[in-house]
This record gives sequence, structure tokens and C-alpha cells, in this order.
Amino acid sequence: MDNAKTAAFKFALKKTMPIMTGFLFIGITYGVYMHQEGFNFLYPTLMAFIIFAGSLEFVVASLLIHTFHPLSVFLLALIINSRHLFYSVSMLEKYNIDGWKKYYMIFGMCDESFSVNYTTEVPEEVDHGWFMFYVTCLNHFYWVFSSMLGGLFGSLIHFNLNGLSFVMTALFIVLFVDQLIRENNHVSSLCGVLVSSILLVILGKEFFLPLSMLLITLIFYIKENRKVKAHESS
Amino acid sequence: MNLAEEILTIGIAACGTMLTRFLPFILIPSNKPIPAFIQQLGKFLPPAILGMLVIYCYKDLPANLNLNALFEITAGIITALVHFWKKNMFLSIGIGTCSYILLLNFF
Repeated sequence: MDNAKTAAFKFALKKTMPIMTGFLFIGITYGVYMHQEGFNFLYPTLMAFIIFAGSLEFVVASLLIHTFHPLSVFLLALIINSRHLFYSVSMLEKYNIDGWKKYYMIFGMCDESFSVNYTTEVPEEVDHGWFMFYVTCLNHFYWVFSSMLGGLFGSLIHFNLNGLSFVMTALFIVLFVDQLIRENNHVSSLCGVLVSSILLVILGKEFFLPLSMLLITLIFYIKENRKVKAHESS
Repeated sequence: MNLAEEILTIGIAACGTMLTRFLPFILIPSNKPIPAFIQQLGKFLPPAILGMLVIYCYKDLPANLNLNALFEITAGIITALVHFWKKNMFLSIGIGTCSYILLLNFF
């Protein structure tokens, strides 16, 4: 393995440490939940591997014990994961690398993979493409492994360290603060926080994300239009 | 549900998820130039998304305004302040999470 690739793996490992901690906790919780619902450990493990979208997997786990409704499963998947559309639009350029790695990175673009891959400034000696690939791989691995642990040892594991799941919240706060420090113009950041928190209070947690995205896009559209008009009139 | 229905349910959930991740890449293939509006949108969005993700972490809060909600907000503010001050990811996450665990277990 050449140096840039090894460096990419080490750097990815370092950058994903908080995610490892968070996923270990949430993944085990998810595995234990499925175990308690009476599922073999293969269910949480394979679902973690194939779906790789935490919040949706909890929902699917609860759907599996009810009657079969394929259309509602599909719609739920689209609604819960609609935010990924935003990730992909933002990553069109960064993920545009040659070869098979790209397809795996798109497949594995969960909240954490997107956030780390978008925000990390990669040092020169590290290969950028391989870094983003390893971040995705490692996150995928942490998630599948911890879901499997929860499913396997569901009845034996008892958590004493209540509150460790806050690692994920802390990670997103840190990435957001980094963004605030780095940017000159806070319009987009504030827009994201304000729109989504107002809609969360009004609409509740089920539907606030897709509508926030629509509203943010609309705000951007109006802003761009104004800019064009101001340009034309000057 | 029988086994076939279970497999279908999981498969459909996976396809729905894949659709949300692949759709923009399918609509705008890499060999064609990205339309200006989409390119600008892609530049505008990420800070908004990062803000949205923070709110997403607090999505259960409005429905459960209890002591735990207060702890989550306090620990969140501590995390942010430490990060503004020291700009060290591991320090901020460590102190933030520890303060949440302490609040949760000792109050």
C-alpha cells in the first residue's frame, strides 16, 4: 500500500473515532431492541449492512412485526431519508472520482459520512478520494458490527453508562461550530437552524425535515433571483 | 409477516434509501456539466444541512419538555462553547458528553 493511502486510512480512523463511540452505543441499542422483539441477530446485522440508515432501521424493525404494507415502507423510507437528497446535491463535485469507490461512497452516505467528508480539510500527504472512501467504510463497519453485538448479546448487555449517545449530538454541534468559524457569511447556517427548529415545533418530528428542505431551497431560489434582478437593473 | 414479506420489506426500505442518495447523481451524470443553479445550491446547502442536523438531534425535545431536555440543551451549549474556545474536536466532544452523563446520573 502506498503512503498516501495508508495516511488516508489513519486520518479516517482518527476523524471517525467519535462516530465509533456513538455508533457502538446506538447500534447496540438497536440490536438489543430487535432481539427483544424476537428477531435473530442476523436481522439487525443484515439490515445494518443493506439499509445503513439508523433511524429508518428502527422504524423498519417495528414494521416487521405488523402486516405487510410495501407502499408505506417505501414512502416512509423516502420521507425519513429525504435529507440525503441534499447531501448528494452538495457532494456532486467532491464525490465525482473515478472508479467503483464513488458508488460505494454514495451508497454509504449516512449523516455521519456526509458531515465528516464534507467538512474535513484533508492534509496534502493524504489521498482525498481514499480518505472519503475509508470514512464511509469505517462508519459502515462500526454500524454493522455494533448492531450485530446488540443482536447477539441482547439479553446479556446492560448499559450502565447512560447518556453516551450524546456523542453523536456533540459531534454534529462541533461540526456546525467549525462551519460557523470557517464561513464569512452565516445566512445559510442560520437559515438551516431557524427554519428546521420552527418547523419542528409546528409540524412535529415526523415531517419537519422534508419541509425544511423545501423551504430552504425556496429561500435560496428567491435569494438568487433577487441577485440576478439586482444585477440586471444595475 | 412471513419470511418473503420480511425480505421484501427490508429490500424496499433499502431501495428507498438508495433512491434518496443516488437520485441527484443519476439526474446529473458526471460526464455532463452541473447546471449553474444546482451548483450554486450545492454550495449554499451544506451549512444549512449542518444546522439542520443539530436540530435533528434534538427532534424529541418539543414533545418531552422535561429535566432531560434541559440537560441535553445545557450539554449542547457546553460543547459549543468549549469548541469556540479551544477548537479541539475531541476535547469538545469529550467534555460535552461527560457533562451530559454527569448531569443525567447525578441530578
